[in-house]
Amino acid sequence: MSARGGRLRLADQLRVASVGLRARPLRAALSAVGIAIGTAAIVGVLGLSSSSQAGLIAEINRLGTNMLTVEAGQSLTGGPAKLPSEALARITHLGNVQLVAHTALMKQETIYRNSMIPKGNTGGLQVRATSLNLLSVLSTGVARGDWLNEGTAGEPVAVLGSVAAQRLGIDRMYPDQRIWLGGQWFNVAGILQPSPLAPDIDNSALIGYPAAQKYLGYVSMVRGEERAGPPSSIYVRAATGHEAAVQSLLARTANPEAPYEVAVSQPSDVLTARAAAAGAFDSLFLGLGVVALIVGAVGVANIMIISVLERRSEIGLRRALGATKGQIRTQFLAESILLAVIGGVVGVLAGAAATAVYASSKSWAVVIPVEAWSGGIASSILIGAFAGLMPAIRASRMPPTVALRTV
Amino acid sequence: MSDESVLDLEGVTKVYGEQPPVPALRGVSFSVRRGELVAIVGPSGSGKSTLLHVMGTLERPSSGVVRIGGVDVARLSDRELSLLRAREIGFVFQQFFLAEHATVRENIADGLLYAGVPVAERHRRADEALERVGLSERANFKPTKLSGGERQRVAIARALVGRPAIVLADEPTGNLDSTTGASIMELIRELNAAGATIVMITHEAGLADRLPRQIRMLDGEVVSDTGRDRGIHVARMDGAGAKGAVP
Repeated sequence: MSARGGRLRLADQLRVASVGLRARPLRAALSAVGIAIGTAAIVGVLGLSSSSQAGLIAEINRLGTNMLTVEAGQSLTGGPAKLPSEALARITHLGNVQLVAHTALMKQETIYRNSMIPKGNTGGLQVRATSLNLLSVLSTGVARGDWLNEGTAGEPVAVLGSVAAQRLGIDRMYPDQRIWLGGQWFNVAGILQPSPLAPDIDNSALIGYPAAQKYLGYVSMVRGEERAGPPSSIYVRAATGHEAAVQSLLARTANPEAPYEVAVSQPSDVLTARAAAAGAFDSLFLGLGVVALIVGAVGVANIMIISVLERRSEIGLRRALGATKGQIRTQFLAESILLAVIGGVVGVLAGAAATAVYASSKSWAVVIPVEAWSGGIASSILIGAFAGLMPAIRASRMPPTVALRTV
Repeated sequence: MSDESVLDLEGVTKVYGEQPPVPALRGVSFSVRRGELVAIVGPSGSGKSTLLHVMGTLERPSSGVVRIGGVDVARLSDRELSLLRAREIGFVFQQFFLAEHATVRENIADGLLYAGVPVAERHRRADEALERVGLSERANFKPTKLSGGERQRVAIARALVGRPAIVLADEPTGNLDSTTGASIMELIRELNAAGATIVMITHEAGLADRLPRQIRMLDGEVVSDTGRDRGIHVARMDGAGAKGAVP
């Protein structure tokens, strides 16, 4: 009698471990459902949050993190401050500044769908004069119609931000589309796409500076001349890698006398924070997943106990055919793990499929974190081992004669 | 038939429980030699099933010695005993105990599963064993498609597939009608003629009488053994045993 020979090869072990599953496939499937649901929930939650995070990061990369916003802040007394008229020119000459666009908020102007709308129903919309290069600095575009040009900038023509268009009930362009802006009719030339880097633009109607000067009387005196302006927001694209240096100089450059009256911000910070928040897991669903896993484990343990009782004669026969106690224990333990892993794999696939469907509907990249699927499989192995241990030990301790004494 | 004994029992007792102790075997001694065909016959409760389990090393005796191929099984660990069963002992049960989801060939090949034989070799030897029991054309059937007699033939093939030193059959015809049972008995005699050592347990004296050697049991004791003429020691002979003895 050699020492080896008593050992089963891996293929044989797998075949023996799957005997119960092959004999009763429906029962095996049903008892694996709990683990499948739990794993699917966990993989789905982790996958969805990672995918939405990936979506936001892709958005941030598209928009760029090198845009800085300079706005009038508050004066020392708490009142609204103004940017000096020269701020724009000074910022343009700052080193490492690539592009500068600006808008001027005209606080007293309002927009209505037509002249009959009561004055109070402003819809929270704003009127802004804008430089013509705004879109390239904000990395946004025109959803419908056209952007302003040299010609239309001096005419009563407006382009609506996405939210403004929605509130005014304008969802498509046609000739002679008009809005009641600042007490006169303006033609609508186009509608913008959302502008995540400057959300204020979304609920604004944008007109050219010449038009603001001509039709709305938005002027300031610069060295005795009437000039449109001044701008209230300046959008700066800094050279990549020099954002911090430019940011530190912007306030002093815009208003050397009172730099504290200037608010400088990096709008992509907000998006980055949102991306980080999207990575935080939805603990409620994770908790539900864990509960489903526990229920699944109990289900598997239950099935294994019943299985050991039902298959006493099989245990006795295997002992008679030469199986050791250890081999019987391994068989039932492996069966339990196999059952749980099947549930785990199905759950991972289901969770991944759910993530893929949802993420592609949002045009996010599909991201299934490695720790989600590997953790799902690993936890199902652990659950299977845990649930199967006691029944497997029972099976191995069953005396063969008792096991054979059936029916 | 050689003089080499494959199975020796010396004063084997088996007592179940403690309060009160229930003796199932009370000092059983006999030997089985290579190539023998032995019937152990007795009414239910006579201890013959316990005897089969002790002979098959599925159960350890309370006292006495069991030797298989000259090896005292009391000295073997569970692991060594399992390997001994895998290689040296074949079992045939009244209830067949076939795996219903597996084919006939796989069922028979499982007789070698724990003996460390590779799968291709197991299947090859299963086909050989199938031929010996006359069921070659049923190799790919599931046991559920077979008659009772065919199932028992498969179970016998599974016991034989490892060419064990001894085959222990527990009421192999118990679940079969008399015609089928007779054909199984015919098969057992053929296999014995081809060299297999077989010990068969039965409660039917009529079946036992047609085998070369009968060991009769009552209340846990051997009451007669037709093999004693060949010098095989019998522990105790009493009046009851003498009455049941066959001339």
